[in-house]
Amino acid sequence: MTTLAMTRATLLKDLRMEWRSKDAINSMLFFALLVVVIFSFAFNPTAEESRRIAGGLVWVAFLFAAVVALNQTWARELRNQVLDAYRVSPAPPNALFLAKAIGNFLFVVVLEALMTPLFVVFYDLRSIGPVWQLVVVALLGTWALVVNGTFFAALSIRTRSREIMLPLILFPISIPALLAMVDATTSILTGEASPDFWIKMLAVYDVVFTAVCLLLFESVLNAE
Amino acid sequence: MTITAECNPAGAEVPSSSPAIVLENLVKFFGRFAAIRGISATFSAGRLYVVLGDNGAGKSTLLRIVAGLMEPSQGSFSLLGVSKVREVAHRVGYMGHAPLLYDELGGMENLRYFSGLYGLHDDNVCQKAMQMVGLDPELSRRVGQYSQGMRQRLSLARAVLHDPELILLDEPFSNVDLRSAREMAAVLGHVRDLGKTIFVVTHQAPLMAGIADEFVHMAAGQIVARDPSARELDPSGSKVGTAQ
Repeated sequence: MTTLAMTRATLLKDLRMEWRSKDAINSMLFFALLVVVIFSFAFNPTAEESRRIAGGLVWVAFLFAAVVALNQTWARELRNQVLDAYRVSPAPPNALFLAKAIGNFLFVVVLEALMTPLFVVFYDLRSIGPVWQLVVVALLGTWALVVNGTFFAALSIRTRSREIMLPLILFPISIPALLAMVDATTSILTGEASPDFWIKMLAVYDVVFTAVCLLLFESVLNAE
Repeated sequence: MTITAECNPAGAEVPSSSPAIVLENLVKFFGRFAAIRGISATFSAGRLYVVLGDNGAGKSTLLRIVAGLMEPSQGSFSLLGVSKVREVAHRVGYMGHAPLLYDELGGMENLRYFSGLYGLHDDNVCQKAMQMVGLDPELSRRVGQYSQGMRQRLSLARAVLHDPELILLDEPFSNVDLRSAREMAAVLGHVRDLGKTIFVVTHQAPLMAGIADEFVHMAAGQIVARDPSARELDPSGSKVGTAQ
């Protein structure tokens, strides 16, 4: 079976299971909603201030919320040791990784689509730069978060306190991507600088880390 | 019974005279504890082996090594003539101690997904596998709502649905009622008769008496005895035809 076909089958299976349980999406939404509301109470920014801080605020909220989903990624595979059934099969390991990463990407994108209107309302956000660039940053940034997150979640599945382990490994390695996401978003919202450099940096980060994760995933999957 | 040589996607059958598994001085350490202590053995194709032993004897560890889920610390082994398990993964079926099934999916949904891992996309294969273990393919209930016995049966169906030449089963009868366990044991005997090699790790030796070709006794990480007269035993453990 080809990697593409297996990725599709695993992705559809994961989406079906998430549709039934709604574990990841509900916990992510609830968490992100809390962050939006609490931050809006903690700060009372003007529209100008909002544009300056929103990049950091939005991405930190999405990063924390994504970790909630990423922790769930492999939990289903560990229950009943289903991962062993995949490991003994001839299916390509990278298909499993890609399906998980794409699944997480879709969950976080749905979260972003649902939360963005709330951010706009709560923080009175109006972008001075082109909005389509925000969409590009969101897609590249989200992939940067989930590709590493999916990989490190797999790396930590055999550790006892994996819920704590994941952010401890993921956050430091995501700093370059987070920096690029925040600066690109702030540049677009304020319209004061070009976000091109940060967008290119995000694209390079995505390519490099996707390649590294794909190269190493089989070893992680079969590690004892 | 769905398992036939003709529908085997893996290709040619292993001749029954050639060994299905060859173990050479296999050792497995967990930290400083040796779970497997230098096992060397050969197991022929087309036979049903029952691995017996107390808890901690190394039965499941040996099965996991052979299935490719664990690397041995020392020694080597070959499976169906090759030393890399991945190369023959499509010719091997494995049923673990845990059911290896998704609770959130139904029985057929589980089997459809797992058959896809082996490149099979025929619903008939999944339906026949379910029927073979005595489950109704129309059952819409999710696996999370199955009884333990039903899970075990479905797990067996998952392990054999791609028609493997070598079937590795870890405690297939645990939590299964006696009548169902006997039916499952009979199914395994029938599958062996079709030329498959089967390894069953179990504590319920009497169930396999008269069906198994050989009892393999393990203790303290070693094979301590092999009893090829297993098929001559009746379910009570006595030799068939001997006066009691």
